[in-house]
Amino acid sequence: MSLETQTFRVTRADLVRYAGASGDFNPIHWSERFATSVGLPGVIAHGMFTMALVGRAVTAWAGAPDAVVEFSVRFSRPVPVPDTDEGTEVVVSVAVKGETEEGHTKLTLTATCQGEKVLSMAQAVVRKR
Amino acid sequence: MPLDQSFVGRSYPPTEPYIVGREKIREFARAIGAAEAEYQDLEAARALGYADVVAPPTFPIVLTMASSHAQIVEDPELGIDYSRVVHGDQRFAYARPIVAGDALVCVNTVEEITTRGGHDFMTTRSDVSTEAGELVVTVWAKLVQRGEE
Repeated sequence: MSLETQTFRVTRADLVRYAGASGDFNPIHWSERFATSVGLPGVIAHGMFTMALVGRAVTAWAGAPDAVVEFSVRFSRPVPVPDTDEGTEVVVSVAVKGETEEGHTKLTLTATCQGEKVLSMAQAVVRKR
Repeated sequence: MPLDQSFVGRSYPPTEPYIVGREKIREFARAIGAAEAEYQDLEAARALGYADVVAPPTFPIVLTMASSHAQIVEDPELGIDYSRVVHGDQRFAYARPIVAGDALVCVNTVEEITTRGGHDFMTTRSDVSTEAGELVVTVWAKLVQRGEE
């Protein structure tokens, strides 16, 4: 059983940069006014940005981007990002769960923000390193 | 009004090829803070056996979110109210990683529609292939349309 934990800082600037790079300009990810008007606590991170951070932990664990065979998550809770220099933190951990029939390694992934899980059923299948 | 079940199984016409740019991969990798050389440096990527700079695992969303949004979410016959939509699940199954220079075609399909507790759940599948028909990655997204107030 191996468990590796990594902490990622997330600021508003990261969300703006990710919006541009990904093409996802939904205003809930950059406008406080819009986000609160639809009932959110404030600006929240793109789910796909959180998944990308978890993906960094997976590729780091696997040793290469082409070692990743499958990668899936459920977005169970938003990641609010306050308008401060510190922003917030997402803590990602990777644990080995077992092996697939093809002999690949199954990984269980967790991501938390402020101590609460923001993903559920997050897993990846990677080729053996 | 719940989403129309008759859309399940419907596939949309293949998209125009998306040409994966080297600078787009670099921009995406920088935006997610992925610092490995194979995302940025052509020589480093080639030394590791990639044809060009390689894309991080969630990069396919750049193509699939835009094309499935344009074809499915904005299909007036389906009538999704995007202001009530949140992203539920996301899944990727890779045949190989995307590299710069790939010309990728998406075929978007409505795979499942369910209704539970007043909310609609729609799973879309995007089969991403080269123009020559080589499957590169399959991408599933589950969107949740929250019930009307």
